[in-house]
Amino acid sequence: MPKSFGQFGHYRGAALSEIAARPVKFAGHQTCEGCHADVLEEKKDGRHARVNCEACHGPLANHADDPASVTPPRLDTAVLCARCHEANGAKPRTFPQVASADHSTGLPCDTCHQPHSPAITAGGAK
Amino acid sequence: MNITRRHMLLLLPAAAVAWEHVLAGNPESSPNYKVTEHWWGMLIDIPKCIGCGNCVRACQQENDVPDGYFRTWVERYHVSGDNIETPEVDSPDGGKNGFSPAKEESGKNFFVPKLCNHCAESPCTQVCPVGATFVSPDGVVLVDKEYCLGCRYCVQACPYGCRFINPKTNTAEKCTLCYHRITKGLTTACCEACPTGARQLADLRNPKDPIHEFLRTHSVQVLKPYMATHAKVYYNDLDGSVR
Amino acid sequence: MPGVEGFMYPNEVELQWSVLIVLYPFLTGLVAGAFILASLERVFRVEAVKPTYRLALLTALAFLLVAPLPLQLHLGHPERSYEMYLTPHRSSAMAMFGFVYLWYLMAVLVLEIWLDYRRDIVVMSQSTTGWKRWVYGAMTLGSNNISEHALAVDERAGWLITVIGIPSAFLLHGYVGFIFGSVKANPWWSTPLMPVVFLFSAMVSGIAVVMLLYMLLMWARKQTIDMRCVDTIARYLFYTFIIDFSLEMLDLVHRIYEAGESFRSLDFMVHTRLYVSHIVVQIILGTVTPIALLALTQVLRFNEIARKRIYVLAGCLTLIGIFAMRWNVVIGGQLFSKSFLGYTTYKMGLVAREGLLTAVVLTLLPFGILWILVKLLPPWPARVESVPDSNPA
Repeated sequence: MPKSFGQFGHYRGAALSEIAARPVKFAGHQTCEGCHADVLEEKKDGRHARVNCEACHGPLANHADDPASVTPPRLDTAVLCARCHEANGAKPRTFPQVASADHSTGLPCDTCHQPHSPAITAGGAK
Repeated sequence: MNITRRHMLLLLPAAAVAWEHVLAGNPESSPNYKVTEHWWGMLIDIPKCIGCGNCVRACQQENDVPDGYFRTWVERYHVSGDNIETPEVDSPDGGKNGFSPAKEESGKNFFVPKLCNHCAESPCTQVCPVGATFVSPDGVVLVDKEYCLGCRYCVQACPYGCRFINPKTNTAEKCTLCYHRITKGLTTACCEACPTGARQLADLRNPKDPIHEFLRTHSVQVLKPYMATHAKVYYNDLDGSVR
Repeated sequence: MPGVEGFMYPNEVELQWSVLIVLYPFLTGLVAGAFILASLERVFRVEAVKPTYRLALLTALAFLLVAPLPLQLHLGHPERSYEMYLTPHRSSAMAMFGFVYLWYLMAVLVLEIWLDYRRDIVVMSQSTTGWKRWVYGAMTLGSNNISEHALAVDERAGWLITVIGIPSAFLLHGYVGFIFGSVKANPWWSTPLMPVVFLFSAMVSGIAVVMLLYMLLMWARKQTIDMRCVDTIARYLFYTFIIDFSLEMLDLVHRIYEAGESFRSLDFMVHTRLYVSHIVVQIILGTVTPIALLALTQVLRFNEIARKRIYVLAGCLTLIGIFAMRWNVVIGGQLFSKSFLGYTTYKMGLVAREGLLTAVVLTLLPFGILWILVKLLPPWPARVESVPDSNPA
């Protein structure tokens, strides 16, 4: 009978801490905002305010661990933005979506949009 | 980026607090976490899901999920006219790379993200012959991969199809509600990566958790309620055609 | 996705339980059925089947010894299977089954065989030489007492064990049925009839296999087949088959009538992917035909040769049909999606751990073991005069 069996129920109690001990790959937006407060400032009034950093930038706990030696890769907006914003009949009607072929004629999205605050203001594109 | 000394004075304490949360190179669960204080579930807001597949990718990255198997996945439904008995459903590679545009047809179209429902009366834990899968005291259904025989009975018993056998470990595997994250005060990888807030971790034992207000004010369902599994993944505005 | 029709939940595409899990209830079914046949003589005093009593017990043992092998080969971690005995989860039918199996093997089957053979074992331990003497000596378990009184005690104990053994045999295979029947997630499996259907189909297959083995072994030893015995066995096979068929039809009619949520999906599956194995092999060839053949022998008078041929044919078809039934339950239950919107295919490997070759070897292995058991513990009296056939073949 394994040692911690029955500690909490009919299973090895030690399994709980073994499972909880897994290393984390996504740092979580609070961690990012700890250092990148300026980006947070940029985002906070725009449509992407609630989009967490790693939703676009991918898992970066290793960067948060050691910012100097782990550089997050540069993102390709042409691929990245389409994942959410390419027009699709199943997406909610109110969600901003475009048929990229018509909308941007192949140009990468960050030609006109700043991803951290994507709205194009009255003054024109960025 | 131009960081001034003032910035550093503000950032450093915040970073130190956040650092404790990460512990990326030092895997140990937070000593402040008490299992009896939590009862985990999740809220999925169907009208917000855009089928981007971020959650599926994030889960795979966070948990090293092997290709071809899914701890979470997204289904796309097409319900035409009044025929809710036979929707058209697809889930290309679990929705991992999003969905290509479907033909524009009349009727309803929407996405349904799915994962382990962390059932309070879980049929998978009932059938495990040795106690390798269990409901933790904080309501998460977990698999002890050091103890699992790989008999696959639990995979058969799950009504939702959320379990699989990991071909590398030959043991049962499924969504752990990112137990290694939630016990450290983080949210799950899928919730972190969801751009629209369609997925939200919920602590049903925390009186301040927004889930309570949400359940009171919205029309909320669980999958296959007639199975009486007491599922803890709640869906807002789940259509009757969803299987 | 190759092999998938319609929509399956992504994790459902690959089947979990393979042909080895089809084989397992087939083997344990033969055990339960063979034992019930043996108990007909011991407890219900059906004298006519006495010639098959010992053979039935040895058959049950041979199959029971092989039965855990498909399970071990199927497990992801067979080296951890002892955990089922160490920390059995009481709510799991699979865990409890481990104990039922152990009970049945040791407290029923092995004990009954030992008690019935004890006199012969003692005699042989004294009359043989070499390694055989050692083996028989070990089997006596130290007791050489074969006095009238001791044998009477054996007889009484054996009777008692058989009485306990009958519900134990029911439990053995009923449990396997319950392992499937209690899974509410799977509507093809989930029915209270499942343990009963499994049990009666087990009895049918067990009776058929003992009948066939008896006829085969007598033919191989150039001995006369006791037709009174075989006729009786065939009659019991017929009755049991009627009950089994009625139960399966009841399940079918009930499903069709109620036409619940899963009905359309399952109905479609039976008419397409499961058509050959279910309609053709299980029902027509494996159930209706043997029942019809056996019914003919009950109603019409056939000569001995014809009856032998009909019994052999019916017996073989029965075994094929019961195997098909296990296949349709296990594999069939995994071919359709729990969303009721799609189907997948079973890709059975050939030379793989859970492949066809393994299944064939495991099916043949019990016959090999039986051969050894028959040599070690002959199920027939030592002196047999061969009676010339009144009807030469």
